[in-house]
Amino acid sequence: MPTYTSDFHGERHRFRDLKDVLAKASHRRSGDELAGLAAETDAQRVAARSVLADLPLTIFLNESIVPYETDEVTRLILDSHDAARFATISHLTVGGFRDWLLSREATTEILASLAPAITPEMAAAATKLMRNQDLINVASRSRTITAFRNTQGLPGRLSSRLQPNHPTDDLRGIGAATIDGLLLGCGDAVIGVNPATDSVAKGIAILDMLENLRLRHDIPTQTCVLTHVTNTMEIMRQGAPVDLVFQSIAGTEAANTGFGVNLGILREARDAALSLKRGSVGTNVMYFETGQGAALSAGAHHGIDQQTVEARAYAVARAFSPLLVNTVVGFIGPEYLYDGKQIIRAGLEDHFCGKLLGLPMGVDVCYTNHAEADQDDMDTLMTILTVAGVTFLIAVPGADDVMLNYQSASFHDILYLRSQFNLSAAPEFDAWLERMDMKDRNGRICEIVPGAMRMLTDV
Amino acid sequence: MSDPWLALRATTRARIGLGRTGDALPISEILDFQLAHARARDAVHTPLDTASVAASVAPLPSITVRSRAADRDQYLRRPDLGRQLDPDCHLPAGPFDAAFVIADGLSPIAVQVQAAPLVKACIARLPHWSIAPVVIATQARVALGDGIGAALKARIVAVLIGERPGLSVANSMGIYLTWQPRIGRSDAERNCISNIHADGMSTEAAADMLAWLMNEACVRKLSGVNLKDDRVAATRAFPER
Repeated sequence: MPTYTSDFHGERHRFRDLKDVLAKASHRRSGDELAGLAAETDAQRVAARSVLADLPLTIFLNESIVPYETDEVTRLILDSHDAARFATISHLTVGGFRDWLLSREATTEILASLAPAITPEMAAAATKLMRNQDLINVASRSRTITAFRNTQGLPGRLSSRLQPNHPTDDLRGIGAATIDGLLLGCGDAVIGVNPATDSVAKGIAILDMLENLRLRHDIPTQTCVLTHVTNTMEIMRQGAPVDLVFQSIAGTEAANTGFGVNLGILREARDAALSLKRGSVGTNVMYFETGQGAALSAGAHHGIDQQTVEARAYAVARAFSPLLVNTVVGFIGPEYLYDGKQIIRAGLEDHFCGKLLGLPMGVDVCYTNHAEADQDDMDTLMTILTVAGVTFLIAVPGADDVMLNYQSASFHDILYLRSQFNLSAAPEFDAWLERMDMKDRNGRICEIVPGAMRMLTDV
Repeated sequence: MSDPWLALRATTRARIGLGRTGDALPISEILDFQLAHARARDAVHTPLDTASVAASVAPLPSITVRSRAADRDQYLRRPDLGRQLDPDCHLPAGPFDAAFVIADGLSPIAVQVQAAPLVKACIARLPHWSIAPVVIATQARVALGDGIGAALKARIVAVLIGERPGLSVANSMGIYLTWQPRIGRSDAERNCISNIHADGMSTEAAADMLAWLMNEACVRKLSGVNLKDDRVAATRAFPER
């Protein structure tokens, strides 16, 4: 591989290879510093960006940052690349690509048709040349519509995953948190539980409880227990009501091996879920979570910066036409994203890259107690993500996840965002809210919901 | 009408039925949350008072060491340094049957008062074992115990460490047990007892569990996933308040 040299404004900088240029061009974050990949000075960072801006987009088709021979994610990226659609942007440099994305030419329709021509590395490279407002601007034009029991990603909508976790998987506790979220208009993306254990029997018990609740109140949404894909396959074999197959994924084959998955297992699980034919308005049956730092923490990052390797996870996701994908942006801890500034930047980057690659991208706007972040940072991130057209956000009671011990958005935050930007839930779910007398005549969720109070006595 | 949430609140410590002002949370809930977050942050950043821990450990001998992480900021950014013993720290080579490490981890306040009584309670359940001087470690991650145990030539090391604080519990302690500690042991080779705090697992119950695990590790000459059974799995569940 060639080395890259920059004589940017009279100062000479040398970069070892393409990975080195990408890493040093990245916005500063603790995970790249931990990995020893980050720019050593701010000037070196800008010099790396100047090198990157002049590289042709085609370099990412000709040079693999993880070897094609040993990594199935690289093979997936290159083998599924749509060369015909790529023709319209093949002449661009990375800098030219960034400029083009911000131009009036890059409409919602054009971006959608171009998604299969954009590789994760191209998206990640452009990200490093973009300011936060650029990431918001382009992401807000990108749109991916998916469906299962309702429709995700339509304009004028903001969906939410209702996350009713409980430290011992107590069914009544999960039910109580679910009702709390439903009464605040949440749960249209999915009602999704992170179980406290990986017990198949417990997973089935949770799914049965949620299925009963959903059927009893005729709620047009989907439910999910976020357990390992192999557990979900066993749960399906035992005949339990599985709407969506969940899995955490990452951007290299080695990191996915660390998660105990590969493309073959994901394909098999998707086929099994499709055969159940449980979707009423669509057939997107997969749900993926990702997050910067996952590959490094598994020792499987191949010397790639964490934002670029994260974008590669989106290539894995899009191969399975998921209903939902979200980055869990501040969950992993301050050794990867140190503070509110780094979490906010990473949230915008992941959302942008996911959208550019054609995913129904959501975000878990979150932080841990050992990160330098608080609710004010989360308010900023959730607000600008909504401006950027995020498909859905994770929401938990009072922003406090009592099982995973971290802070996410609250149900109240979803009310705020929908009111502030005049957005509604997914249309089928929104109609259900109306049927349940949960919306007032201004379209807002009522404070006291007469028609829905009966749900409370159900738990 | 009575508060319909009353019965449901007994089922979960999640913040349900909080009420609203417009779309926002009422001020009482905002302040309640901020206090919980402040306590969790204070738990991360309040340093371990090692002299006081040593006094609680007495009459057992103790040695205070530190990792290569220079301060809290570097500790949070560089978990790798928190796993390595500072080269200036020296430990007496055993051999010993077992070593106990009291490590600050992400919640020093969790081990400040809970750890010493637990170590004593556990040793009382292990008659005839030769026990290394208790090691008190600052800016420490779990794997720091590997280097400590190896330097002490201990057959087993038990690391008592402050767990990542949550909003509901900021002073929870965990214990990680490793058979034949040496640098490079993986997490799969350890057994964990977690959620030891006033509203969680008691000191006595944790001492029972730890002594049982230490005996089993000695008999079977291993620790980690192959040592798990129902008795251990049960300790991983979060206790009800």
